Amino acid sequence: MNIKHILAAVAALAVAGGAIAAGADLGQTAKQATNWTAIAMFAIFVGGTLFITKWAASKTKTAADFYTAGGGITGFQNGLAIAGDYMSAASFLGISGLVFANGFDGLIFSIGWLVGWPIITFLMAERLRNLGKFTFADVASYRFSQTPVRIFAASSSLVVVVFYMIAQMVGAGQLIKVLFGLEYMYAEILVGSIMMMYVLFGGMTATTWVQIIKACMLLFGATFMAFSVLMQFGFSPEALFTKAVEVHSKHDAIMAPGALIKDPISAISVGMALMFGTAGLPHILMRFFTVPNAKEARKSVAWATTWIGYFYILTFIIGFGAITNLIQNPAEFYVGGEIAGGLKGGGNMAAVHLAKAVGGDLFLGFISAVAFATILAVVAGLTLSGASAVSHDLYASVIKKGQASSDAELRVSKITTICLGILAVVLGIAFEKQNVAYMVMLAFVIACSGNFPVLFMSVLWKNCTTRGAVVGGFTGLTLAVVLTIGSASVWEAVMHNPKGSAWFPYNSAAIFSMTAAFVTIWLVSILDNSAQAKKERALYPAQQLRSETGLGAAGASGH
Amino acid sequence: MQNVLDRVTANPKFLEFVAMRSRYSIIMTILGAVAYYGFILLVAFEGPWLGTKLGPGMTTSIGVPIGVGVIVFTIILTWIYVRRANSEFDSINEALIKEAQK
Repeated sequence: MNIKHILAAVAALAVAGGAIAAGADLGQTAKQATNWTAIAMFAIFVGGTLFITKWAASKTKTAADFYTAGGGITGFQNGLAIAGDYMSAASFLGISGLVFANGFDGLIFSIGWLVGWPIITFLMAERLRNLGKFTFADVASYRFSQTPVRIFAASSSLVVVVFYMIAQMVGAGQLIKVLFGLEYMYAEILVGSIMMMYVLFGGMTATTWVQIIKACMLLFGATFMAFSVLMQFGFSPEALFTKAVEVHSKHDAIMAPGALIKDPISAISVGMALMFGTAGLPHILMRFFTVPNAKEARKSVAWATTWIGYFYILTFIIGFGAITNLIQNPAEFYVGGEIAGGLKGGGNMAAVHLAKAVGGDLFLGFISAVAFATILAVVAGLTLSGASAVSHDLYASVIKKGQASSDAELRVSKITTICLGILAVVLGIAFEKQNVAYMVMLAFVIACSGNFPVLFMSVLWKNCTTRGAVVGGFTGLTLAVVLTIGSASVWEAVMHNPKGSAWFPYNSAAIFSMTAAFVTIWLVSILDNSAQAKKERALYPAQQLRSETGLGAAGASGH
Repeated sequence: MQNVLDRVTANPKFLEFVAMRSRYSIIMTILGAVAYYGFILLVAFEGPWLGTKLGPGMTTSIGVPIGVGVIVFTIILTWIYVRRANSEFDSINEALIKEAQK
């Protein structure tokens, strides 16, 4: 398996089901018997979170409450919520499934998903908090002309949100088919409508609490599984690995890197997308405005990094636990009771089956409910950031030139939420049978080539101008999309061109598109000698003062 | 407000502080990137070495502690930065603002 396949697989896993990449795995057996324990557990979760939404609704009166929960979330809570946004069903099912199939290679991916966090901590967190109010466009457009920068930021955000969301929705439908035995269509409508209720009524307060609860459930479930696995081996990882090597068909090969990385350019490019893309995801960036100050913003990333890192170590143990527990019991976990038949429900179901092996039906129900809750929470976060891009950046800043009332802005965000919710369901259904494996990776590439360079340069480089930021940002965005279309995961897998005809030979466009964005911003900015550019450069010291010291930063709004 | 603004920006200590902190952020960023890309390059070029056993008769390979180490290193690096920023940097910051407000 080369990196292309693995990437395609991971991205598909990222979408939760893996059903897509491993289409054949699911095939006819896709819809399982209705799992009542899982449904009951999920119903309790939804009931509980809707109750929270009702409470949150009473606190969501202004646009600030809606976007940022009034800025009153603590660093620790926000850290959990960020971890919740990031620990998608992808990481959980996908990475543990990858470890189950290839052992060590799974760890390489976990590390890739983690390394973006220190970058955010060291370079962005406090500056974002100090300069911004509701969206990252507030930061990027701080000293620039509002209209062009906001139009760029909003379109780039919406593109990222939509791709990420389609991937989540398709994954949700596939996953629910396997876990709950529900029809795909019902699953889509269910996710769409519950998610809309959270966002519409409870805004950021409800979305944050849903994330926190889900993150705790996921961390608890994963800890329990890893603990049970280690207990089987007297808490000796060595004993666990020895047993795994003995039963796995690849034997000792699972303890070393496989064929995952053969092409260093792809490896570095994928690394860049993961590392810097995280710092450009609008639903993650938005979380920095929910805390009262820079101190709490820093704390939230430190906590998020801790939880995410801990979680990835758990998935590694869980993957090995699945090897030792499932392979020896093909009758229960494999199609037709034969290893050759493949894991029931596909390779990404390793963690789910392990849940049953170590915790029985009740725990299986719990883990299934957690996986569903995860998708629900991530989609809610995405919708909220999409809605804020439309209402705050496009409506209030571009159309109304900052003169919109809080009520009007709130109304527009709610209308946008409904539109995005319906769009999510429609696209989820439309893409059911499509290959969406590339979408998560594309979202990351766009985030690191569009949002990140603009944000980085506008905050840290004195000579950056509106023209540079907008031209550079759109260059990165366009190149990211065009090169991704030319790569094998879209050109061949989606557009059905013959194998080997893809004209972009690498897995990720990031190394080219992100570099192009930075170079363009730099070049266009230094060539820009307009009066406007001079004015913008002159504003840099004031911006720097605020971004570095927090002097004049938007406080915890509404307090 | 404009007064305070001018006074802070005019204060050479402010620029010194910003430069010091930026340098620190960049060093930390480089450390994080070196750990990650170092690991990726090991995987790309020294894969079999990562599969070497930790000791005779053992199954655990060198790659496992290294991989887990990169994760733990990332977390620790983040906390070191946040600790310093939330205590030392924030107090210098506050002092600078106070000085300007006098």
